[in-house]
Amino acid sequence: MELLILLAAPLTGALTLGLLGARRFAPELNVGFSVVTFLAAGALAVRVVAEGHLVVAHEQFFIDAFNVFLVALTAFVGLTTAIFSRPYMRVEMEHGRVRAAQLRLYHSMYQLFMSTMLVALTTNNMGLLWVAMEAATLSTVLLVTLYRTPASLEAGWKYFILCGVGIAQALFGTILLYFAAEHAIGAEGVSALLWTHLNSVKGQLEPAVLGLAFVFLLVGYGTKAGLAPLHNWLPDAHAEGPTPISAVLSGLLLNVAIYAVVRCKILVEGSLHSALPSKMLMGFGLLSVVLAVFLLWRQRDIKRLFAYSSIEHMGIITFAFGMGGPVANFAALLHMTVHSLTKSAIFFAAGHAAQKAGSQLMDQIRGLITLSPTIGWGLMMGSLAILGLPPFGVFASEFLILTTAMREQPWATPILLAALGVAFAAIFGRVQPMVFGETTAKRLPHPPALLPVFVHLALVLGLGLYIPPYLADWYRAAARLIGGG
Amino acid sequence: MSGVPLTLQLLNFCAALLLLLSFAMLSQRRVVNLVNLLAVQGSVLLLATLLLAVRTGQHHLYLSAGLTLGLKVILLPTLLHRLIRRLGVYWDAEPLLNISGTMLVGVLVVVFAFGLAQPISQLASTATRNAIGIAVAVVLLSFLMMITRRKAMSQVVGFLSMENGLFFGAMSATYGMPMIVEFGVALDVLVAVLVLGIFFFQIREQFDSLDLHHLEALKEEGAPRRET
Repeated sequence: MELLILLAAPLTGALTLGLLGARRFAPELNVGFSVVTFLAAGALAVRVVAEGHLVVAHEQFFIDAFNVFLVALTAFVGLTTAIFSRPYMRVEMEHGRVRAAQLRLYHSMYQLFMSTMLVALTTNNMGLLWVAMEAATLSTVLLVTLYRTPASLEAGWKYFILCGVGIAQALFGTILLYFAAEHAIGAEGVSALLWTHLNSVKGQLEPAVLGLAFVFLLVGYGTKAGLAPLHNWLPDAHAEGPTPISAVLSGLLLNVAIYAVVRCKILVEGSLHSALPSKMLMGFGLLSVVLAVFLLWRQRDIKRLFAYSSIEHMGIITFAFGMGGPVANFAALLHMTVHSLTKSAIFFAAGHAAQKAGSQLMDQIRGLITLSPTIGWGLMMGSLAILGLPPFGVFASEFLILTTAMREQPWATPILLAALGVAFAAIFGRVQPMVFGETTAKRLPHPPALLPVFVHLALVLGLGLYIPPYLADWYRAAARLIGGG
Repeated sequence: MSGVPLTLQLLNFCAALLLLLSFAMLSQRRVVNLVNLLAVQGSVLLLATLLLAVRTGQHHLYLSAGLTLGLKVILLPTLLHRLIRRLGVYWDAEPLLNISGTMLVGVLVVVFAFGLAQPISQLASTATRNAIGIAVAVVLLSFLMMITRRKAMSQVVGFLSMENGLFFGAMSATYGMPMIVEFGVALDVLVAVLVLGIFFFQIREQFDSLDLHHLEALKEEGAPRRET
């Protein structure tokens, strides 16, 4: 029941907002549908935590501690982003960057995007997972190009082609998975692609085929998660689209892609009985961290800067899942949560900062704190949080990951530490003059919605200071499900 | 007829034809012809699906053949032809690697594909297992085409041809994916082409051309950006 509402609400929202067109109350309606989605996700989470896992609709949907936590996170950030986008998009309209027709597309696609992500997270069918991931790309391509500028068109094209090619690799991986399953459990048609079935027979799946399948699945879904070397689309898509879209792409879509990779890893590891999948995840993760950190130095655009920081954090998460084991998995899940919350908060603050300064170039954003202390402090606190300064949750998760790495993979620790240090210098050095100093900011026609920024940061701070026991149990249950190590 | 049944011989013939078509696409620079080749590829795929359906008696293959007919033989080529006419793009620019060079790389790609498919073919119990290598080759050749072409339209044809290759692979390894997945994939492909149609008009409105070298401003350091 909760699941039905969860999946139906954003879909109805997409249809309604698409049909109604650009009414004055469309942003409020957008928020309304997101509220319903969030409530349903909350109810579902409570139920799953109480009852263990849930299998519904002819086993097509499967919810356990691992994905319900991502569902709750997705619905929450979806809601706060909808609240943020209400004044933000109105300002964009008054600045003449979007027209009414584009706003209609924006709202409709926003809801559609939410529903595809929720389907991807809850489905039990590896084929449907693929379909939903591709649909998530398609629903956001036109949002990236919403401003119709040459740069945004280029970003959209890159996004489409790179993710399209990547996801085609994932389809081949899925075919191989189906092939291996049919081989092991006989021709069962639909059920051969159900994750629960695959998981129960994973020991009998042919290792040679699954190893090959994993390479394709990792490259395919890894492209969508922004893992190097196929990360090129990510900074462009994040920088050129409207800020609310950057926030959900970075905070949510990347998580969903990582989720897909981890689901595949569980299956393949059970079949291969070797460390190959773990090693591949660690390698790709570390490569992404190092590459992203050095590219951080060359950025001039505020949204691109934080897009590269997303690649870095996705690399850290992938590395942690690669190490596996209860502690590293726990840390990776925590990191996914705090990264989503912090990064979307930063994009909210950065979006308003760019609106006030009239430019996304960091050289032209100066002295936010004089005209708007809230935006200035929001950006500053967010940056400190994402850099892993102590009281915030990112510190807790990065600390756990680093200490586990010291024990399990000592060779990787210096690389990670150096990367974090370089990232600190790069981001802090850029953010500091934007926040303090002489101001260049202007007043905005609509008061910005900064509540989401501080709610997110407060949650991240809270998670850094104290993780409530039931939340910790929940994470632990999820970490156990992922296993490995 | 030395022991090999006629349907199987025909199926192998279809597979060989698909590989030839991929090479034909690699060498073709007229965009209209590329779309025609894509339609032919779709038809061969349709024929192969029907032959396999007759041979194995699996009913869902008929459904999947219907899907191929509707989408890949009729709808997509028609849509692409209309796009070409309305946008007025008929020729691709000189590819990044000249045609004969591309063909040579293509031959190497095919050898690699057969090597890659070796472990899968050995395990497969389907009658068409020899075709798996060809399917992988078609996918990789389409990939090669996407890399070497400059015009947006040719890249899209490469993308769709890659999807055809994957579909053929699924068919020859496992007699097709579950129906619900096949429908989902077909829907995604259709939506992708529609989105691309919109996208092309946006690109042309902005640049008066579909040549992708216009889309190379975003380098790592970030090009000078518009003022808000």
